[in-house]
Amino acid sequence: MALDSKTPQGPIADKWTNYKNHINLVNPANKRNIDVIVVGTGLAGGSAAATLAELGYNVKAFCFQDSPRRAHSIAAQGGINAAKNYQGDGDSTYRLFYDTVKGGDYRSREANVYRLAEVSANIIDQCVAQGVPFAREYGGLLDNRSFGGVLVSRTFYAAGQTGQQLLLGAYSAMNRQIGRGKIKMYNRHEMLDVVVVDGKARGIIARNLVTGEIERHSAHAVVLGTGGYGNVFFLSTNAMGSNVTAAWKAHKRGSYFANPCYTQIHPTCIPVSGDHQSKLTLMSESLRNDGRIWVPKNMKDVTAIREGRLKPTEIADENRDYYLERRYPAFGNLVPRDVASRAAKERCDAGYGVNATGEAVYLDFATAIQRYGKEQATVKHLDANDKALIKKLGQEVVKNKYGNLFQMYEKIVDQDPYNTPMMIYPAVHYTMGGLWVDYNLMTTVPGLYAIGEANFSDHGANRLGASALMQGLADGYFVLPYTIGNYLSDDIRTGPISTETPEFVQAEKEVKEKINFFITNKGSHSVDYFHKKLGKIMWDKVGMSRNVTGLTEAISEIKALREEFWKEVRVPGTNEEFNEQLAKAGRVADFLELGELFAKDALDREESCGGHFREDSIELSGEQKGEAKRDDENYAYVAAWEYKGEPSAAVLHKEELEFKDIELKQRSYK
Amino acid sequence: MSGILNSSIGRKFAMALSAFFLMVFLLQHFTINLLSVISEDTFNNVSHFMGTFWLVQYVLQPVLIFGVIFHFIMGFVLEVRNRNARQISYAKNNGNANSTWMSRNMIWSGLAILAFIGLHFYDFWLPEINTKFIEGDMSGLLPNGEYRYFEELQHKFVDVWRVVLYCIAFVFLALHLLHGFSSAFQSTGANNKYTKGLQGFGKAYAIIIPLGFVFIALFHYFNH
Amino acid sequence: MNLTLKIWRQKNANDKGKMVDYQIGDISGDMSFLEMLDLLNDQLINKGEEPVAFDHDCREGICGMCSLYINGEAHGPDRGVTTCQLHMRMFKDGETIFIEPFRAKAFPVIKDLVVDRSAFDRIQHAGGFISVNTSGNTIDANTIPVNKHDADDAFSAATCIGCGACVASCKNSSAMLYLGAKISQFALLPQGKIEATDRVLNMVKQMDEEGFGNCTNTGACEVECPKGISLENIARLNREYLSATLKG
Repeated sequence: MALDSKTPQGPIADKWTNYKNHINLVNPANKRNIDVIVVGTGLAGGSAAATLAELGYNVKAFCFQDSPRRAHSIAAQGGINAAKNYQGDGDSTYRLFYDTVKGGDYRSREANVYRLAEVSANIIDQCVAQGVPFAREYGGLLDNRSFGGVLVSRTFYAAGQTGQQLLLGAYSAMNRQIGRGKIKMYNRHEMLDVVVVDGKARGIIARNLVTGEIERHSAHAVVLGTGGYGNVFFLSTNAMGSNVTAAWKAHKRGSYFANPCYTQIHPTCIPVSGDHQSKLTLMSESLRNDGRIWVPKNMKDVTAIREGRLKPTEIADENRDYYLERRYPAFGNLVPRDVASRAAKERCDAGYGVNATGEAVYLDFATAIQRYGKEQATVKHLDANDKALIKKLGQEVVKNKYGNLFQMYEKIVDQDPYNTPMMIYPAVHYTMGGLWVDYNLMTTVPGLYAIGEANFSDHGANRLGASALMQGLADGYFVLPYTIGNYLSDDIRTGPISTETPEFVQAEKEVKEKINFFITNKGSHSVDYFHKKLGKIMWDKVGMSRNVTGLTEAISEIKALREEFWKEVRVPGTNEEFNEQLAKAGRVADFLELGELFAKDALDREESCGGHFREDSIELSGEQKGEAKRDDENYAYVAAWEYKGEPSAAVLHKEELEFKDIELKQRSYK
Repeated sequence: MSGILNSSIGRKFAMALSAFFLMVFLLQHFTINLLSVISEDTFNNVSHFMGTFWLVQYVLQPVLIFGVIFHFIMGFVLEVRNRNARQISYAKNNGNANSTWMSRNMIWSGLAILAFIGLHFYDFWLPEINTKFIEGDMSGLLPNGEYRYFEELQHKFVDVWRVVLYCIAFVFLALHLLHGFSSAFQSTGANNKYTKGLQGFGKAYAIIIPLGFVFIALFHYFNH
Repeated sequence: MNLTLKIWRQKNANDKGKMVDYQIGDISGDMSFLEMLDLLNDQLINKGEEPVAFDHDCREGICGMCSLYINGEAHGPDRGVTTCQLHMRMFKDGETIFIEPFRAKAFPVIKDLVVDRSAFDRIQHAGGFISVNTSGNTIDANTIPVNKHDADDAFSAATCIGCGACVASCKNSSAMLYLGAKISQFALLPQGKIEATDRVLNMVKQMDEEGFGNCTNTGACEVECPKGISLENIARLNREYLSATLKG
């Protein structure tokens, strides 16, 4: 099947308006007869469910958590981008569009990104109207901060928990519709398959995680807002429950999976402390506004620090290597995430890591504390030469901006970041890849939509900070409600979808068989045993830097691990109860397939772009020597994989990317 | 406004209002009692006025009795409801880590006070009602022509056991007030920049008033 | 560290349940409390026993999914943290640790340490929102200026993660801090004032119907709240409710 992105014709700035002017609409009376299933209640799913219900559709929403408010969007810290230009610093829709495409290393679809930038401003209006308590200036207007990879301040925020506040906004919009009976909410339910009837997505099979009951749910369209698959690495900043199952089942039912290898490794996470570790904790990118990243210049200092003989604060400025400022003078500590992560890895691989494992660099606030302290002293007419006072005043400012992050760091690491630099290291954070969707956000299965992190569309090979929240809400509030109407306008005479058709019966049977297998298999290892092994393969061979040997090994190792899993996995308990191990077994089974496709995709893409770094594709000379080298001639396409049984048998379809409004350039942050 | 007592917040509000009323009454009671230490005559005069003035006897007294009964009944109602809200209790609960003993045991300090009021009514209120309304003697005078109030007061504090019981009751009153004073303000929605000062004042009130009562009781015990 | 764990085990909602003792060794102070339980569960699974069920998800203190009443306190002895961010360095070698579910009639146990907190959601359904459509046809965000002080207070109230520690710690199982936080967030913002009367009346009514107890101002909730939500929010809820009642 040829991939048709269904991008509307016309100049890029008019595409979305023209599209909206010409789509088919469903009249309000008919909307009452149409059901839509939304799986996932994060920013994308939650906002979509609320909006669709407001429009009049009957929505059934599903989440595996005990409340829709707990979806992992809640953990987003730093902020949300919007081209409001409130700061008057030259921002515009075009500039946000440009920054996002450039930041994504020219691997995203122009029309989608432009639409995202176009609706971004409205998200802020919407959220403020909903009562989202964004940070404000003393004049009562909204405040902005600046994020990596851009030269303007366009990020709106609510201290270090913007995701939580935005999600609670979407949750409140959902609650209003739940109260009115327009959304039927299914908490503690996990989607285990998509049901396709006559080529169209017509429902799902879900498991009630409390009773174990397998349920059939039908609808005229199914929307997946089920997030990313970073947990394929076992250790990531994702929530423990985040999984690929919904997206993977859709893939198995005919949705192409695009760019699985595009993974964002976030540069500022708390380093791993030991084998017991179950997840990694992010320290918001916003910290890079004020924190300076460094490692010691001299190996003897590194050794002394590791042996506990030297404190980082005792190293003089001239003996520190502020490597981001050194390598990228224009953007300094605010280079995009992929660049910052690789630079940290480069220093640590060279032996300059500052903790016992050798995998940590410093993020230092001493300079910012001094600067803010002096500012405050001036404002308050206090003695600018009193060092203790300056430090105190500066720490207060930093506390106001990042207090909750500093507290979190201290609780986890047991060190006070106000007085000693934080230790950070990159960790898996976000997956740009996901289900392939067209301009309508529809996958290759008609009636099956993917929104938010679950799709692949807007961030190319690297996502800029504060853009995930923007995309999730844009998709859910402003894009999908239009595009899905265009599709559903054909369904006004369809009537209720029966759950008694052979397709539903068959899908339910397959789900039950798999569960039954897990319960009865008398294996010797727990699910986590396999998950950890998979994570290690992924991190070592398909992580921040990739090569042919490693990827080839990864593919065969994952395949072998998968085979072992299906023989040796042990799941305690029964189906007819709350059984977390059982739920996890199904998720890990899917990760074990996705992981292989992930490595296959990474092997196939013989270029470095964004989060995908191939050691065999770097600049060999010139100003950019050693930086990642993109290959636009051969790889300016979206790799969309079609399921054919085994991951190794997946068939590649290419959507060639056209850049009409942005010139393809090497990304330079120097 | 209807049905306010059917809501949790409404009940708490009513509880707080009756508490305010009782705290004002307590202050007034204390002031008059204190007169017994300062001046026998003044005490007698004021007591006679309070015991015979129609507004006090026929309006304020019934209101007070209603306030006391209401406060107790509502206290019990809340206690029952609150106990019902957790049907299985914790195997280990470290209440001291997050709250004061007083705040968690208002029902017990309240019951102690209720018991005391029983004794107090037996000691003073019932004889008073008997003299005035059953025997019909509204004169307030002893056979020797002097006011009976101070005499009766001192007579009550002859027995050491009664003095001890009174003192114990005042300790419970203090415990009750230590939480109750600021709690009543919080229940009525008063929590602002004055709260800290108010809490300090509440603590002082909760300690000084009961301590004063103890002092008065001991004074009469040692000086009768 | 070596520890003795006393954990509430309950097969399902209808089971009676009991405390069961477990021994666990080799615990590092850098482990989070839930990682310690992961280790216990791994050992139980390998022994062929049923692992202990507990709620958890983000493990960075923000989703509000994790609960647990540890040694007599919601989210354990540390302050300002959820159980997932409670670290084992808070405990001593040889210590006995009680681990129980959050207890309240309104939070029935589903299994072991997992409780059903959907009563919280139902309170929100009754009015925890501002009735604007998400169609996008709203006015520009900066046409609604908000006093910074109010905006900051609204934010502080809105940091509630809905974990239920307030209910669990309250001797009366009252949900007033939870509701107070939501009411305050909207009461402090101009956008929220329009529906203030109906919102507070409906939400309090729902809260009462769910079987939560009455607030007696012990302040335990504020101390145990992992996000430090202040009692001022309960006072504000009281004010809002009383003025709404007067308005009818």
